Amino acid sequence: MNTQKLKRQLSRIIPAGRHLVIGVPFIWLFMFFMLPFFIVLKISFAEADVAIPPYTEIYSYVDQKVQLLLNLGNYTMLGGDELYIAAYFGSLKMAFFSTLLCLLIGYPMAYAIASARKEVQTVLVLLIMMPTWTAILIRVYAWMGILSNNGLLNGFLMSMGWINEPLQILNTNLAVYIGVVYSYLPFMILPLYANLVKHDNSLLEAASDLGSSTFNSFWKITVPLSKNGIIAGAMLVFIPVVGEFVIPELLGGPETLMIGKVLWQEFFNNRDWPVASALAVVMLAILIVPIILFNRSQAKEMEGKE
Amino acid sequence: MKRFRFSSLMLVLGLLFIYLPMLILVIYSFNASKLVTVWGGWSVKWYVGLLDNTQLMGSVVRSLEIACYTAIAAVALGTLAAFVLTRVTRFKGRTLFGGLVTAPLVMPEVITGLSLLLLFVAMAQMIGWPQERGLVTIWIAHTTFCAAYVAVVVSARLRELDLSIEEAAMDLGARPWKVFFLITIPMIAPSLAAGGMMSFALSLDDLVLASFVSGPGSTTLPMEVFSAVRLGVKPEINAVASLILLAVSIVTFMVWFFSRRAEESRKRAIQQAIEEGAADSWKQPDVRRAQAPEAA
Repeated sequence: MNTQKLKRQLSRIIPAGRHLVIGVPFIWLFMFFMLPFFIVLKISFAEADVAIPPYTEIYSYVDQKVQLLLNLGNYTMLGGDELYIAAYFGSLKMAFFSTLLCLLIGYPMAYAIASARKEVQTVLVLLIMMPTWTAILIRVYAWMGILSNNGLLNGFLMSMGWINEPLQILNTNLAVYIGVVYSYLPFMILPLYANLVKHDNSLLEAASDLGSSTFNSFWKITVPLSKNGIIAGAMLVFIPVVGEFVIPELLGGPETLMIGKVLWQEFFNNRDWPVASALAVVMLAILIVPIILFNRSQAKEMEGKE
Repeated sequence: MKRFRFSSLMLVLGLLFIYLPMLILVIYSFNASKLVTVWGGWSVKWYVGLLDNTQLMGSVVRSLEIACYTAIAAVALGTLAAFVLTRVTRFKGRTLFGGLVTAPLVMPEVITGLSLLLLFVAMAQMIGWPQERGLVTIWIAHTTFCAAYVAVVVSARLRELDLSIEEAAMDLGARPWKVFFLITIPMIAPSLAAGGMMSFALSLDDLVLASFVSGPGSTTLPMEVFSAVRLGVKPEINAVASLILLAVSIVTFMVWFFSRRAEESRKRAIQQAIEEGAADSWKQPDVRRAQAPEAA
């Protein structure tokens, strides 16, 4: 009798299995992924200070009054300084064109994998997937050795007699484009492949029976059907590239202005946490639409809806 | 036909583009010359020299430790999240939950890193934990973003599963937890292994998050490599990089090998079950099958 009563009381306090299953990942992600954004937002309204931690508190309690002090200075500074605006535009431009390049190179590759024999497909997918697990730092580093003034590429071109003096490629935007496309190409190919491999070939056969040219049916059937794959792949490239730090830092030069690099410098070199937070808030505001697009396509994929 | 050839050509060129730089890196790590661009014959002296570099070796051990803990936690957390997303179709805040699971996949690392650091600083002020940042804070950061990758891999497998097997177990009176551990987990084991290996590799590779949330004395391998790489190309770094590439290749190959073997043994078991069933029905012919023995 008593134990039953205790059990009933316990069951009221301890959540049921269903709530536990949902609750554990939910609380973890809320705590370590969502809540931190609000703190970033809060600190973006603070002022830099010589203290530990290096910012002022935005609210205070003096004489029974709660004072909330929002410092908009960080944001007006971002709007007024051409460097930051140029960095945002530089990042967006870099992300846009490298996404386009990845799509142009990755689509034919994904198509070729999807139309290969089944056993060959698994090996090819493995070959594409492996670099996504491999240190991005090391793959970018490999390009430093190839592109530098006395590197392999210039050595090769000069030994062939095509150029007389080394081309300056490392520490230019061109090198950053090469590095970004190189690093993010697999992230474009994998979702495209996952989409293309599900296509029903009978549609293409029907089209060709009805006299459609191969290119016409590719353009009017295969491409529209792979829309979700294209969106997922493009977002997987575009969004992280906007905030990319490692590639512009290692391959880029003084002309390379990207927001991830500027944020890093504000935080680590200038130790200006409030400005770094404001930069992050603005970056997130720019990226929120692409992120929602990506989440939608991902949610459709996860629920198995077409 | 023409388009097929074009796409195959692109595939070959693309794979060359992906693998040639890594191959060059590995070849040049055996270069005897101190100058990274001049070939001076084969040598392993850069590899031997690594063993004496205690600072580097310390960071390797630290990184491996973090990667192990991350793989375990990310698989547990990611599998739970994938299970909720594929099996619990309706609950309050499901859209938010789905967003929280998939957003870490694309969120720029500088934002995640900065926000987590600010969270840890705020927590230290309010509740006094974490007093100093180090392995634990890096582990939390890595687990959060690796769990998203695990969730994607595992939910793909969960969707393919035949629900009727789990339903049959429930009908026979098994509790949901028992069904999950005895039926669902064994069936998705290959993707759990793949997710774990992936988390291990991702954690071993991360520079940006670790730079933000690490404290003094907890430098990880990528941080060590990055500070050396910033100063230019060096033969020692080539050797470290080649070893990392080798480790990742082995891990990837193992994932592929084990998931393939699991798949094959499953197919064989199904085949065997069908054959045994057929043999049993031949020994004890029942009325329905006796009429058409060849069909069985």
